Amino acid sequence: MTAETIKEKIIDHLAQSVADADIPDDQDIFASGLVNSLFAMQLVLFIEKEFQFKVEDEDLDINNFNTIAAMVGFIGRKTS
Amino acid sequence: MEIELSSQQIQAQEGFRIFAQNEIAPFADQWDREQAVPAEIIEKMGKEGYLGAVVPGKYGGGEMDAITFGLLCEEIGRGSASLLSLLTVHGMVCQALARWGSGPQREHWLPLLASGGKIGAFGLTEPGVGSDAKSVETAAVSSGDAYVLNGRKQWISFGQVADLFLIIGQCEEKPAAFLVERESAGFSTEAIAGMLGFRSAMLARLFMDDCRIPAENLVGRIGFGFSAIANTALDHGRYCVGWGCLGLAQACLDASLSYSSERKQFGSFLKGHQLIQQMIAEMIAGIKATRLLCYHAGYLKEKGDPSLIMETSIAKYFASRTVLKIADDAVQIHGANGCSEDFPVQRYWRDAKIMEIIEGSTQMQQIIIAKSGYIDYAMEKRKQRRRAKSGD
Repeated sequence: MTAETIKEKIIDHLAQSVADADIPDDQDIFASGLVNSLFAMQLVLFIEKEFQFKVEDEDLDINNFNTIAAMVGFIGRKTS
Repeated sequence: MEIELSSQQIQAQEGFRIFAQNEIAPFADQWDREQAVPAEIIEKMGKEGYLGAVVPGKYGGGEMDAITFGLLCEEIGRGSASLLSLLTVHGMVCQALARWGSGPQREHWLPLLASGGKIGAFGLTEPGVGSDAKSVETAAVSSGDAYVLNGRKQWISFGQVADLFLIIGQCEEKPAAFLVERESAGFSTEAIAGMLGFRSAMLARLFMDDCRIPAENLVGRIGFGFSAIANTALDHGRYCVGWGCLGLAQACLDASLSYSSERKQFGSFLKGHQLIQQMIAEMIAGIKATRLLCYHAGYLKEKGDPSLIMETSIAKYFASRTVLKIADDAVQIHGANGCSEDFPVQRYWRDAKIMEIIEGSTQMQQIIIAKSGYIDYAMEKRKQRRRAKSGD
């Protein structure tokens, strides 16, 4: 799966979870208050279901999830 | 679309019901008065595999599907809401560990928790921190190969008897989750008595005074104690409570059907009076609606669908509000008898009120449910704009 496809899927998911759909790739969605803590659980479930891998305890690094670009990189590494 | 239990689920439900009818319901009022459950019932639940219901099979658990586990919560809740809270908090620890525990944590603790050999409890709420859970003040400091915890926890179900506590605190000014054993140096508990409801849930205050635990007792990573670990536990808790409310509501209905069929006023049985029928009808409709929401949440859990988080919140919210209304009507139908300790409906009512407060109060659920509604609305508007732009 290309990075562009991964990004499109993430943006689609974010559009279902936040009122503001136009999020820059490098905007920290947690620090900016765009999402609440429940979203983190939804995000993990989405990633696991959509990209077919298990997010492990060692993957719990904010730098894997805090921006669209970070998520694309994380998912790319896990699925490569 | 089919909403139907499988033959295995029906068979399991029958087993849960018989257990609750024989081992729990006849004693629940006595436990409520004594403000404790005997160790024997916890052992029996362990032997039946109920305490390991959500633990993966490779760790000795039952690995029940979500609906079967819901049915278990329903039947235990029908017998005793206090005992349901054991299933809830123990399951919250199991679920959090199964999901986010390290390999050694899972291998060591899950078999012990699954068998009931060790009992787990969840430590989030503090004397000064309730709904604003991210503001917990319990502090953990790294010290060599250990963490040192200082803080207080309050209203911890089965805190009087639990062996292992999943404690949510702050470390490096970020949320973090830790496993704290009862025997840890600097850890102590104090029983809480005189609660309105859940009186036999063996609530306790927890004290951590320079409580030293091994560094490997950190669960997940620092910074994820609330968003990942606590939320995994709380989602499980809300699921249990939603189904437990269903069982408690059914107990209220059962008692009301029985009483109104035997009690005569104005020369006829209560069930012949239309205002009683109105309350019975409301109970039945409320129970059926709650059941559908619980089934839906269970279905999404089985699929691993991200929307399960919100749908479980909605199920818990609706179930807890519904059971309080149903319990209120059950007491009303019983009149003065309903306020007496000779009838269980007074316990049902007291326990039902607690359901609205635990694992996220009604008001906290309303905030997140309303917010999701606005997000759905914004998404729909975006879709409409896109359709209009593309000329579809």
